[in-house]
Amino acid sequence: MASVRSAVSVKITPPVSAPTSREPQAPLVMRMTISKVNFYYGPKQVLFDISLNIASNKVTSLIGPSGCGKSTLLRTLNRMHETVRSSRLEGDILIDNQNILAQDVTALRRRVGMVFQRPNPFPKSIFDNVAYGLRINGVKGSIHDAVEKSLRHAALWDEVKDQLHKSAYELSGGQQQRLCIARGLAVEPEVLLLDEPCSALDPISTAKIEELLVQLKDLCTIVIVTHNMQQAARVSDFTAFLLTGQLIEFSPTPQLFTTPSDARTEAYITGRFG
Amino acid sequence: MSSRLRWRKLVSHFMLTMTGLCALVAVSVLFFILGYLVYHGGTSISWNFFTKLPAPVGETGGGMANAIVGSAKLLLLACLLGVPIGFFGAIYLAEFSGGTVAFVVRYAADLLNGVPSIVIGIFAYSLVVLPFKHFSTAAGGFALGLMMIPITLRSTEEFLRAVPRALREGAMALGASQWKTIATVVVPAAYRGILTAILLAFARVAGETAPLLFTALGNRFWSPGWAQPTASLPVMIFTYAIAPYDDWHRQAWAAGLVLLALILIVNIIARMILSRGTTVPRT
Amino acid sequence: MATTTTTVPSAGPIAGSRSFLSRLRDGDEIARLVTFIFAGTVVIITVLLVYEFWRESYLPRHKFGFAFFVTSVWDPIFDKFGALPFIYGTVVTAGIALLLAVPLGIGAAIFLAELAPARVSDTLQFFIDLLAAVPSVIYGLLGVFIVIPVMRQYIQPALKSSLGFLPFFQGPAYGVGFLTAGIVLAIMVIPYIISVSREVLISVPRDQREAALALGSTRWESTWKVVLPFARTGIMGSIFLALARALGETMAVTMVIGNTPTISASLFSPGYSIAAVIANEFTEATGDLYLQSLIELGLVLFLLTFLLNGMARLLIVVTSQRGSEMGQA
Repeated sequence: MASVRSAVSVKITPPVSAPTSREPQAPLVMRMTISKVNFYYGPKQVLFDISLNIASNKVTSLIGPSGCGKSTLLRTLNRMHETVRSSRLEGDILIDNQNILAQDVTALRRRVGMVFQRPNPFPKSIFDNVAYGLRINGVKGSIHDAVEKSLRHAALWDEVKDQLHKSAYELSGGQQQRLCIARGLAVEPEVLLLDEPCSALDPISTAKIEELLVQLKDLCTIVIVTHNMQQAARVSDFTAFLLTGQLIEFSPTPQLFTTPSDARTEAYITGRFG
Repeated sequence: MSSRLRWRKLVSHFMLTMTGLCALVAVSVLFFILGYLVYHGGTSISWNFFTKLPAPVGETGGGMANAIVGSAKLLLLACLLGVPIGFFGAIYLAEFSGGTVAFVVRYAADLLNGVPSIVIGIFAYSLVVLPFKHFSTAAGGFALGLMMIPITLRSTEEFLRAVPRALREGAMALGASQWKTIATVVVPAAYRGILTAILLAFARVAGETAPLLFTALGNRFWSPGWAQPTASLPVMIFTYAIAPYDDWHRQAWAAGLVLLALILIVNIIARMILSRGTTVPRT
Repeated sequence: MATTTTTVPSAGPIAGSRSFLSRLRDGDEIARLVTFIFAGTVVIITVLLVYEFWRESYLPRHKFGFAFFVTSVWDPIFDKFGALPFIYGTVVTAGIALLLAVPLGIGAAIFLAELAPARVSDTLQFFIDLLAAVPSVIYGLLGVFIVIPVMRQYIQPALKSSLGFLPFFQGPAYGVGFLTAGIVLAIMVIPYIISVSREVLISVPRDQREAALALGSTRWESTWKVVLPFARTGIMGSIFLALARALGETMAVTMVIGNTPTISASLFSPGYSIAAVIANEFTEATGDLYLQSLIELGLVLFLLTFLLNGMARLLIVVTSQRGSEMGQA
């Protein structure tokens, strides 16, 4: 415990170049920048001096044992942390070089969407769920086309196109989660945050969502929190490993899983704790 | 088996049978009441009951058309007063309030809920009847509305609180403001419960008599507008039941049947709405 | 390993900590203000109610003081107002009601919570809920036309011939009176006792029952010696609740009690209750002192029910919390 806290000299490797050689070399654009973030729930500090960059149109995953602060970090990115009383955020989080704290929160959340651990469709029809974000944001015009587009992006269109007006609760868990992704995509966010989106799903549904995430990269930037290291390895381009609220290592995914630079990362990915 | 154990088992069986009998007695009271009202009320009810004014004292026949309309008007007023205060107050309690204010409001509501209905009657009398110097439909509706407030408020709050947090977060993550989240997600998710709460509150005050005695008073004729005393079914039952005329007794039974049927049907509908599945899944 | 998992409640509202300005722009502050006004109305009404009763009962409080509660002359013509007969009637009828309703109600609650299969229990509870919804004027109607004749012709003569040596069962059988009012009240409060006691009994943790059964208790012994003591405070709460209802009940009592201010040991004697005298005389009260005396009676009723309801709620909350704590441990 004490040793972890005192390890201020955490090696952070902000990946500024493309992670692997199998992809064509393209200059990496940073969509979000997190710098020196400290976070508190009341008197309790849960994030310590976190700095990392989120690359545009890539999948960045946050891994670590339960309670390491990965979900909290994710929730700060669209200020969902503010829904908990007595939480406090220090440091800067920038999206396209603008501080998110200086923006209107509802506008921010439209730009930075979120999908939760458990599917949480609204008690409305499938169509109305996807249309929800458009409607509250006052989008007029061809809502139907936007809904179809989002459902196609979420790979759900073919399964639900004939039952758009059925209740969302009649879908299976995996379908519900893809519906929530479609709902998030409908407002065309620049960043999509996913908080352990597969933890409540069966393996087949999980596979579908993982597949989906890789495709969605073209549309937006993705940050995913996962408890499942294999999932991080499969879907993400960059991986950040957190431990007790500290960022231990942040590297291109293949590098983190094959040649971790920190002993604690190695211990975690080889299953020695967590 | 020792005799002591046999004795203990005997006692156990006996006492448990007794508890079953207690339950049976309690429930059979309901069927007894229903049966009696259907028997007596059913034979006394007629088309005239719904369409005619009360006959002059001493004459037979007539009906309670004015009391039925009067009750409807009183209940409409009661809903206009009780439902908005209960509903919006509950939204404040469940969604906006901090600890202290919520505690005070809940405490006041619980206190109001426990107040005997006759006390509510006096209160409405001194607040509405005295200043206007007139018994009126408005005063009666006010008294019944007061009684609806705490029932609607507390149960609506419960149902709003039961809406999963995940739904609120889902809406907020899409950029919905708090009131939009409440209006488009939370309230729709809880609407069955809220409807049930309102219906139960309605059924509760529909049969109230005591608060009407010195507010709406009573009236043997039509009561136009809202500023005149008005007849109502519960008060009519009371007056007719304690009067010494057989024909009035028959009418009282008929009115009792109509009133009880209304209240039980609303109750059953309310409970059916709730049990037909909550719209929100358990998380 | 220190975990920093936050305990976020699974249901419930979200308390924001966003800036006032952004909330104002979104309409959140307006919504908050509007709903606050409605919620505040409830408090205002309640405060106003207490204030009105206090103010409007100034005359008798000033003139009679405590004597109001202990003198028994109620004479509007000579402006003498003593509430003792009404208080006596209220207490006696409520007492009879509890004496009859408590064993029956708790017995039925035990059956519903401990013995009956869930479906049967839920169905019966549904009927009990309907019973609780029957308005008091209907009970009064049945009281007038069924209970009173039955009392006069069968029950009162039977009690007189069997237990007539007791002072409670002497005097002519009018049909109306304390006993009749008490019986009607008992029938009215039984549903409340059953519903609340059933809830309390169900909240008794399973392991308490199982422990008793595992030690070789019979089903009744586990209920009587383990479950009931555990639920005792909550059941007391249900009784207080029923008592509050019985004290404040107006219509049914007015219709069967006889409406005569008497203090008599005989339960056959016609009497009067606080609520009944208000119901009967309020619109006819001439003169401020008369009216205000009735209002002071209302105040007494209000304070009594207020205290009883408060205590009932406290007891019920304490028991169900104890149950859920034990259940989690």
